[in-house]
Amino acid sequence: MYRYDPYDQKIVDERVAQFRDQTRRYLAGELTDEEFRPLRLQNGLYIQRHAPMLRVAVPYGLLSSTQVRKMAHIARTYDKGYAHITTRQNVQFNWPELKLVPEILAELATVEMHAIQTSGACIRNITSDPFAGVAGDEQIDPRPWGEILRQWSTFHPEFAFLPRKFKIAINGAKEDRAVIQCHDIGLELKRDAAGEIGFRVLVGGGMGRTPVIGAEISAFVPWQHIITYCEAILRVYNRHGRRDNLYKARIKILVKALGIDEFRRQVEEEWVFGKNGPNTLTEAEVARVAGHFTTPAYETLPADDAGYLSQHAANPAFAAWTRRNVLAHKVPGYAVVVVSLKDPSRAPGDVTDAQLDLVADWADAYSFGEIRATHEQNLVLADVKQSELFALWEKARAANLATPTFGLLTDMICCPGGDFCSLANAKSIPIANAIQARFDDLDYLYDIGDIELNISGCMNSCGHHHVGHIGVLGVDKNGEEWYQVSLGGSQGNHTSIGKVIGRSFAAAEMPDVVSKIINVYLAQRQDGERFIETVRRTGLDPFKLGVYGEAAVKERKQNA
Amino acid sequence: MPKIIKNGQLIDDDTRILILDESQAPEELTLAAGPVFVPFAVWQAHSGQLSGRADLGVWLDSHEDVAELVPDLDRIAAIALNFPKFTDGRAYSAAALLRTRYGFKGEIRAIGDVLRDQFFFMQRCGFDTIQPKAGKYSDAQLEEALASLKDFSTPYQAAVDQPEPLFRRAQRAA
Ligand code: SF4
Repeated sequence: MYRYDPYDQKIVDERVAQFRDQTRRYLAGELTDEEFRPLRLQNGLYIQRHAPMLRVAVPYGLLSSTQVRKMAHIARTYDKGYAHITTRQNVQFNWPELKLVPEILAELATVEMHAIQTSGACIRNITSDPFAGVAGDEQIDPRPWGEILRQWSTFHPEFAFLPRKFKIAINGAKEDRAVIQCHDIGLELKRDAAGEIGFRVLVGGGMGRTPVIGAEISAFVPWQHIITYCEAILRVYNRHGRRDNLYKARIKILVKALGIDEFRRQVEEEWVFGKNGPNTLTEAEVARVAGHFTTPAYETLPADDAGYLSQHAANPAFAAWTRRNVLAHKVPGYAVVVVSLKDPSRAPGDVTDAQLDLVADWADAYSFGEIRATHEQNLVLADVKQSELFALWEKARAANLATPTFGLLTDMICCPGGDFCSLANAKSIPIANAIQARFDDLDYLYDIGDIELNISGCMNSCGHHHVGHIGVLGVDKNGEEWYQVSLGGSQGNHTSIGKVIGRSFAAAEMPDVVSKIINVYLAQRQDGERFIETVRRTGLDPFKLGVYGEAAVKERKQNA
Repeated sequence: MPKIIKNGQLIDDDTRILILDESQAPEELTLAAGPVFVPFAVWQAHSGQLSGRADLGVWLDSHEDVAELVPDLDRIAAIALNFPKFTDGRAYSAAALLRTRYGFKGEIRAIGDVLRDQFFFMQRCGFDTIQPKAGKYSDAQLEEALASLKDFSTPYQAAVDQPEPLFRRAQRAA
């Protein structure tokens, strides 16, 4: 993975010093709340319901065991013993003390970590495929490009005060695992006819109040020009994006208002000036960065390890785990392991300090010392030998990190919601836990199969509810917490925005509602059809009927 | 006399920033003597008689397009770009455009809601002069704030102050 050189280290160290001084001035009353706000946000620091929340950057989701141990240490020393993996592959601490945040940042800097631009109206942490480098369908490794863009966007002086936050995601595999269609800029690595690397560029996607699928602004930007092309997009946005209304300030609104063709024209006009300029990437720089993402020293192994096969046959619980949480690796004899953070007794994505230490140990023992954080709020050990899966599973199971439900109904994405987040309309964690409690029968979950249930506590959509096959959104009705349900959203190559099925529900109704939706699916599904495929084929009507009953549906139709 | 930052140093400066109120038509204005920044509308209305005045600059608000000044740039000594709120980042692009695309060599001054924690970005985008609002900082505080110009010693990306990105400026070991 990428290791800092003295330049990278200096920037992060200088950031610590800068923020230490800003915090000092704030606490001394020299900076007002309003003045301090964007400064702390651009350092990932929110003021939340109970305490500040610190969001630490995990660029494109990649962590070393040393970094994970440091996270454990911070959770233990400055927090209440746990951390939370976010849907942007970052890590959040929910209970740090404001005056200690500079200390935390100084500790993070010693392991090449920081909280730069994890919030605020700037270019945010760049996300990517959690299976980069090991996925069988990968065409081009996105990680070097993520790092190159991270460096370009870090403290970019022109784009530190954009109209609104700005999120970039990169994917380099056949299947999109980085939700690139729902980002301000979505980058798809590809090759042109001559075999040259470049990017298909999408712009103006996003979730939030107005969910939009990104539009293609360029079918192919050669790699040399990706920085200047992104700068052109950002400059047009910085100058012309709306600043009068927070809800209309994202780039998607500008793209919609101008139309993609006019927006493209403006970007191309701007690009003429930057293209081939100093920000044009060099082969040497790409080679330097790519040199950090070398292939680990894989052993030559048989495609099927005999010991693994017999353990698999002998132990149904192990087999169940491998069936869901172990994925194919491009190198024979190796596997990708999803370390589940969906133990129903915890909030989805939460992980304790002790668990973090264990995961770091396992990474060292089994997976070349690296860990990935996923936007679906799990951890991944990407390079485990088949022959060691059983040993890893036993340890993970003992640590409650082997919930064998990856990709199933209870492996949900869930934002922190009203328990922590001051923007929330409703709680989301108790809904997730209630649904997990309802669906605790593994055989039943396996029968239901692949399905994505995503929960957000408000329209900001941190829980990606718009692209959940089942999406749950917390809404406020006269000061009470209600939940709106949508169906038919999906991420990946066929990204779609879910449609709301009807009136919203009280928290206590939610497990029943999900049960009814699942029952409709089981009744309607044809051979081998996954949940989302059934929804696409049948449309929402049978689900509305199943959830609201015939009378209610009729009445709605009449009133419509 | 009020102090401002010019090329990284504190200097005395009493340039007025002329702000029209709604009842004042730019055409009818008579300008008092003395150093002043006039709004773009006043410049447009009087450019014939104002141009060439060495103590006169033009200020633009964040929604005004610097491109409109381009035909006049060789007759303008200084341009001030207003930050109506420090979170309005349009002036960063405006300054960068003036320096790189339009080749403006005169003074570019940051005015309005100008705070020390943004000095570093301002300087990188081509502002050579920084004028916080009157009373925002004491002279001692402004002196101290000079440190913010040097928050980061070696930034990654190209900008006006460093026309090359780090990967061209430095030999970075693999
Ligand atoms: S979706 Fe809303 S409630 Fe949930 S974390 Fe984001 S802002 Fe908070």
